[in-house]
Amino acid sequence: MTIVFYTASAVAIAATILMLTRLHAVHALLYLIVSLLAVAVVFYDLGAPFVAALEVIIYAGAIMVLFVFVVMLLNLGEEAARAERALLKPSMWIGPTVLAVILLAEFVWLLVCSGMPPAAQAGIGPVEVGMALFGRYLIGVELASMLLMGGLVGAYHLGWRKSPITEVTNAARP
Amino acid sequence: MLPVREGFVLAGVLFTLGLIGVLVRRNVLFVLMSIEVMLNAAGLAFVVAGMRWRQPDGQIVFLFILAMAAAEVSVGLALVLELYHQYKSLDTDAISRMRG
Repeated sequence: MTIVFYTASAVAIAATILMLTRLHAVHALLYLIVSLLAVAVVFYDLGAPFVAALEVIIYAGAIMVLFVFVVMLLNLGEEAARAERALLKPSMWIGPTVLAVILLAEFVWLLVCSGMPPAAQAGIGPVEVGMALFGRYLIGVELASMLLMGGLVGAYHLGWRKSPITEVTNAARP
Repeated sequence: MLPVREGFVLAGVLFTLGLIGVLVRRNVLFVLMSIEVMLNAAGLAFVVAGMRWRQPDGQIVFLFILAMAAAEVSVGLALVLELYHQYKSLDTDAISRMRG
């Protein structure tokens, strides 16, 4: 257990340092995703499998996809093509791949060698978290939903731009 | 044996790295990514503390941090797009001047 924790911590710190020193946003995003995956392994090793799964699904999945979409929206044209060509060079993706393979090896080792996952023995599973979340912390869930609603409306408002078509239809309307 | 102290050290190191990123980098996308790292480190500290006392509360606070990060990123990235649309640049120094 300890070796898994220390290896994942080292991967997380190394990936974060590499993220901060990249020049291209896409390369930094790759390292940031690896860093979040490493923290997810740390969570799993600590005995919090539910949070580990959410870290992978929401942080490394949904939020990072938002970042990737914005980076794709910003780099249009010839520069994007050059960046794509540079991205396909092995020197660009070899670093994140090595770090991710270390995490994968830890995952396989946890599944195969230690028999039961550590969370099933001593951790706090999704049941306890769910019971407390929708019991004592119900008002927090409601507040979080209002916050997400505010984020949705804010992002929509900021991203909304008057297109010529809607201006024409609005002008035609009495 | 739960590595509580090591977990807090990891959270502190990650938080410091995120703070350094916010202070050093001038690209607004990197600033947002560094803020993500800091939020993640704070959540890690909460989860470690929750596991130390064997309570689910730490994980619940992490869920709230997750929801907050999602809302923050959606608004922040919309602001980034607006910034790029108006200034054709992602440099935070481009918006350091007020118009008044």
